[in-house]
Amino acid sequence: MPKKYHIPIKTAEPRYNPIGKYATVEFREDCAGSCKECVKKKCVFGIFGDNYKHFSTMSEPEYLYTCMSCFRCVQECTKGIFSRVINPEYRTLGDDYWKPDTINRLWYQAHTGKVPVSGAGYRGPFVAAGFDSMWTDMSEIVRPTRDGIHGREYISTCFEISRRATPLKFNADMSLASDVPPILELPIPLMFQLPDTLILNEQILLSAAKAARILGTLMLIRPQDHKVLSPYADHLIPCLTCENYMDYKELILKSRAVELADAPDIDKTITEIRAIKPDSFIIIGIPMDATAASRALELSYAHVDTLHFYADEHGKELNTEHPIFLKEMIREIHLKLVDNFVRQKINLVFSGGIAMAEHMAKSIICGADGVIVDIGLLVALECRLCYQCRNGLPCPAKIDHQIDPEWGSQRIVNLIGAWHNQLIEVMGAMGIREVRRLRGEVGRSMWFEDLEMESFGPIFGKRKIAGIK
Amino acid sequence: MSNKKNNFKFPKIVQTPDRFRNPIGKYTIRRNARCISCGLCAELCPHGVHPRYDNYSKPLRPLDYKCIGFKCKENDFFCIDRCPEQALTLRRNPILDTLGDYRWTADMLIGHWEMAETGNLPVVDLEYNLGNSGGGFDKIRFKTPKPVDYLDLSDEDMDTSVNLNKRCDGRPEKIISIPCYGGGMSYGSTALSVMVARAHAATQLNTLTCTGEGGYPQELLPYAEHVITQIATGLFGVKEETILYTPMVEFKYAQGAKPGLGGHLLGDKVTPEVAAMRETIVGNALFSPFPFHSVYSVEDHKKHVDWVKEINPKVLVSVKVSTPTDVDMVAVGSYYAGAHVVHLDGSYGGTGAAPDIAKKNIAMPIEYAIPKVHKFLEDEGVREKVCLIASGGIRNAMDVAKAIALGADGVVIGTAELIALECVRCGHCESGRGCARGIATTDPELGVMIAQDWATQRIVNMYMAWRKQWCEILRQYGLKSIKELVGRSDLLVHLDYLDEEERSKYQPAPQAELII
Repeated sequence: MPKKYHIPIKTAEPRYNPIGKYATVEFREDCAGSCKECVKKKCVFGIFGDNYKHFSTMSEPEYLYTCMSCFRCVQECTKGIFSRVINPEYRTLGDDYWKPDTINRLWYQAHTGKVPVSGAGYRGPFVAAGFDSMWTDMSEIVRPTRDGIHGREYISTCFEISRRATPLKFNADMSLASDVPPILELPIPLMFQLPDTLILNEQILLSAAKAARILGTLMLIRPQDHKVLSPYADHLIPCLTCENYMDYKELILKSRAVELADAPDIDKTITEIRAIKPDSFIIIGIPMDATAASRALELSYAHVDTLHFYADEHGKELNTEHPIFLKEMIREIHLKLVDNFVRQKINLVFSGGIAMAEHMAKSIICGADGVIVDIGLLVALECRLCYQCRNGLPCPAKIDHQIDPEWGSQRIVNLIGAWHNQLIEVMGAMGIREVRRLRGEVGRSMWFEDLEMESFGPIFGKRKIAGIK
Repeated sequence: MSNKKNNFKFPKIVQTPDRFRNPIGKYTIRRNARCISCGLCAELCPHGVHPRYDNYSKPLRPLDYKCIGFKCKENDFFCIDRCPEQALTLRRNPILDTLGDYRWTADMLIGHWEMAETGNLPVVDLEYNLGNSGGGFDKIRFKTPKPVDYLDLSDEDMDTSVNLNKRCDGRPEKIISIPCYGGGMSYGSTALSVMVARAHAATQLNTLTCTGEGGYPQELLPYAEHVITQIATGLFGVKEETILYTPMVEFKYAQGAKPGLGGHLLGDKVTPEVAAMRETIVGNALFSPFPFHSVYSVEDHKKHVDWVKEINPKVLVSVKVSTPTDVDMVAVGSYYAGAHVVHLDGSYGGTGAAPDIAKKNIAMPIEYAIPKVHKFLEDEGVREKVCLIASGGIRNAMDVAKAIALGADGVVIGTAELIALECVRCGHCESGRGCARGIATTDPELGVMIAQDWATQRIVNMYMAWRKQWCEILRQYGLKSIKELVGRSDLLVHLDYLDEEERSKYQPAPQAELII
């Protein structure tokens, strides 16, 4: 039996209590005091700990990071003194894209490595902008394996960042006549890149690099960080430019792959890097802007392996007043290459706005080969995305202090382990056995605009509201 | 066939109050220390917000969940203005910010609790017909009716029944008196009292409920004529006798909340009783693998259907599938395999436990699937021979009516029945000991929190309140029977498909940014 890919998940407790969604409010003036029936003592989930003893020992308001929201304390208090509010601190987590709920779920996954599971139905909006306006399909009959939950390890999530030989040629004796380029295959369709706009220190770098090694993936790094990360050199991709690559010649030799920032005369630099290390895998980093698709086409004829497109933190197009979201940009770039018959030659990876496991699956459906996880790595290390660090203020989660790389790497491994399992869940439901076959497979997805037109168009006529409101 | 002709009488409504000391309402009334206990508020309030006993003169905590709120200001009994000491304050209950979600808003939850208590439509100003999801049912409205169409008939004269067997295949007709029946919730996923109460309520309402995939507890036998036996992929608890008991067998191919993933009962819920029923081991998690391993085609599926029909010559067969792109093909295949009922379960449906990624992302919402399948079956010329049932995200009476107008014959309800039992949709049905409110749990302490009679009556009350809404809709459009509403999508509008001027004539879709 071939070795199966396994992610070693192990509980990694948070250093601080996660910011809980709820806070209790108690109208203490009506409290009976030392009530034997106190609902805090009776909490089914025991969330109040020792905090029921006396209100003078209690910090107010009480932030209930483990509250399960059953409302029994509110409804059973003999004096009715309990009420509940949304924890004001919870509201401040993240922003419009990285929502508190998203961050909270990322923390949970980094802590436990488990897929978030809940009862009751879906709780969110019918449809929303971005990735939330498409659904993945499923199959009633076709299954990638016939043994249900126990056969999932046979679903492959491997992807390559090496260029392809198309097509293969054979000699008369059926020996291979084509030169087969070297293959760099990763077991999961994602790589890492820590954002340099938030806190980035040695311990964080070591945590992420170690996690990359455990997971068998790669991490894009700044060249100056390579020294501290040298034990993990096999899993690092230095990001170079046409101006500085000669300063890091040694790095090119040490690394399996390098990323080169796009520039007008990049062909010359590619050739020179190939001269330094002929079997190096070359990734070109390209801003995801209006020229991205045409630039992708041009570069597909160059001697490179992968194109990496950078969106902003919210998955939006760069350098425009009316940005397009990642989902549409991936479609545009992917289809441009398909239309010009070069898509098979080159790999596409995207970064910016990959915040949940479903974003990975949906990006691939749209046409990506893989994605880059960035801010999510910091959230796994308990970052609250309060952005205080950008204003020179101290980090409330003390990420800027010492973080044990053992702990940090386990948190990241757990997060990616949970994402990997979720990818397999949706692939299993779709009846797809290999993530490479999911790439650009929009037939395995349903889009809001199409469903509206197909199901509602014949009934209600023409839609008068453009987009999603 | 009207209910009168059936000689079926709907059950009586009985007031069935909240089982907790402090019910949650939309408003709070606080009484401060200025109160002199004059008793004027108790005399004034016709809604019973201010209790007062003859032999006890001190003020009591207001029953503020009964308060009708600020609209009371126009009444001369508005306690806030009339209090001589200005001791009372009225506010929107701040806890509402922490209750509900985009689909089941706080208003919708509280509205349904009130319906389950009173059997009537809420008197408090609650938006219980529309959620905040910003799409689907929440943007669909019934067209403004023409006054001339109004039928002056009482609820007793309106027909809300559905015939589940349209095949004319020699098997008995099965007429349910409301256009809903209960969704499958297995022995093990809910408390036994809840399961039996649902069956008892279904019997009183002359409809059905479903065992789910967990076996058939003997406590259900008195209601056997109203209990569907579910056969799902794990085949837990499926025996020849359970197929013989039932008027309808449901093959569950997929569940809307987790299509393609199968079922999963966590080990904590596998108590000795549950394990005995499912013939498994205590404490071991149980999986219902997806899909049926013996089904690769419509022909394979037909073998299953034939097998059940052979065992029980009177039984009807329902096929429950979720909503992939090719749901129309699946539906027609099910019909040709011999199904009497094709049951579509949309992606936003309820579950005892499912990965969040599946609930949100896999398969299409039911609003899209109903018209797609309805039209396809019409085009195939078989629509009149099959009963199309929809479920998955159908929350209230208006959603039911909209689903029927879009093309369903009836719907399956799960979550709303649990809401009637005071579910707060906290989503922790699956964790640890299970539901802290005693609904979805087999815990020895929590699982006995719900009295069976109380639960039965709450469910009956809710459906009786819903029936009032359905009858009113039918009357407004000059229809005597809910069957006449099937596929009447010409009576619906979608706000996004209207010009601005036309749109302004309809109630806007609620829109609020929620923390969920």
